[in-house]
Amino acid sequence: MADSRLQIEKPERKERGPVWDVFRRLSKRITAMMGLVIVVVFLLSALFAPLLAPHDPYEHSLADKLATPSWDYPLGRDELGRCILSRIIYGARISLLIGLIVISIGIFVGVPIGVVSAYFGGKVDFIVQRFVDTMLAFPGILLALLLIAMLGVGLHNVMIAVGISTIPIYARLARSSVLAIKSRQFVEAARSIGSSHLRIILQHLIPNSLSPIIVQSTLHMATAILWAAGLGFLGLGVSPPTAEWGAMLNGGRLYIRVAYHVATFPGLMIFVTVLGFNLLGDGLRDALDPRLKT
Amino acid sequence: MGILLQVRDLKTYFYTDAGVVKAVDGVSYDLKEGETLGLVGESGCGKSVSALSILRLIANPPGKIVGGEIFFEGKDLLKISEKEIRNIRGNHIAMIFQEPMTSLNPVLTIGLQIGEALELHRNMNKKEAREEILRLLRMVGIPDPERRIGDYPHQFSGGMRQRVMIAMALSCNPKLLIADEPTTAVDVTIQAQLLEVVKELTSRLGTAVMLITHNLGVVARHVNRMAVMYAGRIVEQGPAAEVYAHPQHPYTIGLLASVPRLDKPRKERLVPIDGQPPNLILLPPGCSFMPRCSYRMEICSKERPELRPVGDGHFTACWANMER
Amino acid sequence: MSGQYIIRRLLIMIPVLLGISLIIFTIVRVIPGDPAVVLAGPHATKDVVDQVRVQLGLDKHPVKQYLLFIGNIFKGDLGTSNRTGLPVTKEIMARLPNTLILAFASILVATVLGVTTGIIAGVKQNSKFDYLSMLVALFGLSMPVFWLGLMLMLLFSIKLGWFPSVGAESFKHLVLPAITLGANSTAIIARMTRSSMLEVIRLDYIRTARAKGLSEKVVISRHALKNALIPVVTVIGLQTGTLLGGAVLTEIVFAWPGIGRLLVEAILSRDYPIVQGVVLVVATMFIFVNLIVDILYSYLDPRIRYH
Repeated sequence: MADSRLQIEKPERKERGPVWDVFRRLSKRITAMMGLVIVVVFLLSALFAPLLAPHDPYEHSLADKLATPSWDYPLGRDELGRCILSRIIYGARISLLIGLIVISIGIFVGVPIGVVSAYFGGKVDFIVQRFVDTMLAFPGILLALLLIAMLGVGLHNVMIAVGISTIPIYARLARSSVLAIKSRQFVEAARSIGSSHLRIILQHLIPNSLSPIIVQSTLHMATAILWAAGLGFLGLGVSPPTAEWGAMLNGGRLYIRVAYHVATFPGLMIFVTVLGFNLLGDGLRDALDPRLKT
Repeated sequence: MGILLQVRDLKTYFYTDAGVVKAVDGVSYDLKEGETLGLVGESGCGKSVSALSILRLIANPPGKIVGGEIFFEGKDLLKISEKEIRNIRGNHIAMIFQEPMTSLNPVLTIGLQIGEALELHRNMNKKEAREEILRLLRMVGIPDPERRIGDYPHQFSGGMRQRVMIAMALSCNPKLLIADEPTTAVDVTIQAQLLEVVKELTSRLGTAVMLITHNLGVVARHVNRMAVMYAGRIVEQGPAAEVYAHPQHPYTIGLLASVPRLDKPRKERLVPIDGQPPNLILLPPGCSFMPRCSYRMEICSKERPELRPVGDGHFTACWANMER
Repeated sequence: MSGQYIIRRLLIMIPVLLGISLIIFTIVRVIPGDPAVVLAGPHATKDVVDQVRVQLGLDKHPVKQYLLFIGNIFKGDLGTSNRTGLPVTKEIMARLPNTLILAFASILVATVLGVTTGIIAGVKQNSKFDYLSMLVALFGLSMPVFWLGLMLMLLFSIKLGWFPSVGAESFKHLVLPAITLGANSTAIIARMTRSSMLEVIRLDYIRTARAKGLSEKVVISRHALKNALIPVVTVIGLQTGTLLGGAVLTEIVFAWPGIGRLLVEAILSRDYPIVQGVVLVVATMFIFVNLIVDILYSYLDPRIRYH
């Protein structure tokens, strides 16, 4: 701006470690805190579903099918008379599981690919990057759909398919952050004292490219949950009695004219959860990487 | 010669997360018609901010002009409407910036960028503007202007871009040209050429120039009067030759000792000024230069020295009495 | 200069297209079991299976198979649907126009709404409009497409009766699906436009433009906008991809007879030639869209055009 070289020294602050520092910066933003609260509630309901759910999510009663919300069944009952609230709480488990597995696949396969590609450069980098480019040339959810078509319908295959289609994104991310720090002094120093490639990668490159990966993973939780629910909605995910948000929505879709609540509440849950991860991810990005602040 | 610009007690602050940065804190000076004033100081001393304040180009937030008056041809620029200041900008007061690489819009041709001001302030139509742009490009020494008028900034070298900036700034025959470190970012060999272009054209057009620089060599050759800024304030001002020959403020003395001079024997050592420029958020109550000053006395940490006359039109803000 | 640039972009496309076809080719052939049986469909007789094997050269070396695969694509032969017995190309062409209409309408809505909102929010940073629109954008970003579709249908067709809920017969049928499909992209484009605008607006040349005495309107529209839109154009291009993927869900919700629905039906009935064909066609379209974006890009940014 006017004179960007104005000398501004930040006042001294007590050091309390990096985690506390991130939390402090995060707490400055109401929206990020809201995201954190949503995510925590989501995690708690996934972990303690049996304690929180008022009813058995699989107990059906055809006599009460499509019953509207009441004191006993706060969100009503579905097409088989099951408690929607309980099914939503249990559904959090599936969504959490999907999110974690998808991201793990992305991180444990994608990050090493990206790091190796950037670290060695040259031909390795060129070939890997052409492969990554090609995978990214598949629009949106299409690669996942192709993989499911070939692997077959089912929860496991949904997770594998979505996981595989996130690999190129992590590979690219890891590559760019490694490229940014590769030529820094501490890496040069490690190389000059004869550290092995593996040691440099594990001790210097991966830890130093963590923040963008953490941010990306949080935002990716949102995408993974969204995609998996979409695939569940298409009937490609869990097999019938399992409580999964996308599949619940699909079941309720047919009754939208007579019983709006069956489709509305599971969708609302997906929306709120995804919103939570997005808010938290945005907040984390601002807190971890001040350069990206706008 | 009449007085063109009068700056009185100008204060421009920046409100940042870390605190209030008093970038310009009570600056006053005059500029006569056709005169060249050098505003000198280290980076971050507030010289650019004080210049941008004249045209009210301080980004708000975080910056704000919190006090003072800026009289230009009798009107206080800080009090007139947004529309009136826009009529001053580029028309009566024009500006050249430090970075020729980033100061021109990369996606618009240079012809369009020069022509804008002509159409706006001189009511020219496209055809008249084109002729005038060609004349201006020729005037600042850009070869083959007919071919280059449709080129984009990235097709020019740094020095040529700065010539484009000069053409743009002089397009409406301004009364005052503010040149904010116009040569810092270009090659040393080009610097002198550019300054000659500015000097030659402004003296031909009778334009007053405010030359902002940290380069004392530039000041010595090109300005009539100079003002030295430190930590948001003017610490010394006077006729350039007088200040150069008899600097009265320890900071000016330090600055002069830290650059090679042609009027002194070559054997003399160059002495850098010790210490760092001060933190503008937490300025000490007394003289801001005190921590780095080798002449400091007891009073310096208690009371801030105001500008006081030490010669004909020569002022300094220092408690110490220097030999003349 | 410009022509050369376009030719170079076209040449770069060839390896990407080959790569895509190779990935599809590989995925379809590494599935467990005999590819001939799989591609012929679950109800095929032994004769049909043998016919497919010979037709696709599945008894030959993989490299030969791939060359045959590519050759068939160039001939416009994507195989035969094992559900309807019709050529895959015919099945796809019958549905493709509907998806194109839907996708085009959505990206139009998303671009116009997203860019406008982003510009206003960026110019009036920290205003009420800025906060509100960015909050709505975050909602849009987090909204499951299929749920939004259902909710819009519930409100506008079931409760209010303004628009029909399913089908693709008229312009009125297009409104809800286009909004549904465009919502996510609108949000992303708005966010991107805003941050790009904020970035550009504090650059030196904007200060130069202001120092010339130009009005704020001219500074924004002539000096800031074109620069700010450069990254936005890329995002819009990438969004068409997300949109083509999202079309699958939207088409199911609104019973829109496009290739997305065709794909889902094919997956559920294990009609692999259709799956392979749709994926190939959609991926190719996406690559072409990005080619167009690249060319558009070079018109916005002279630095690319002249290099």
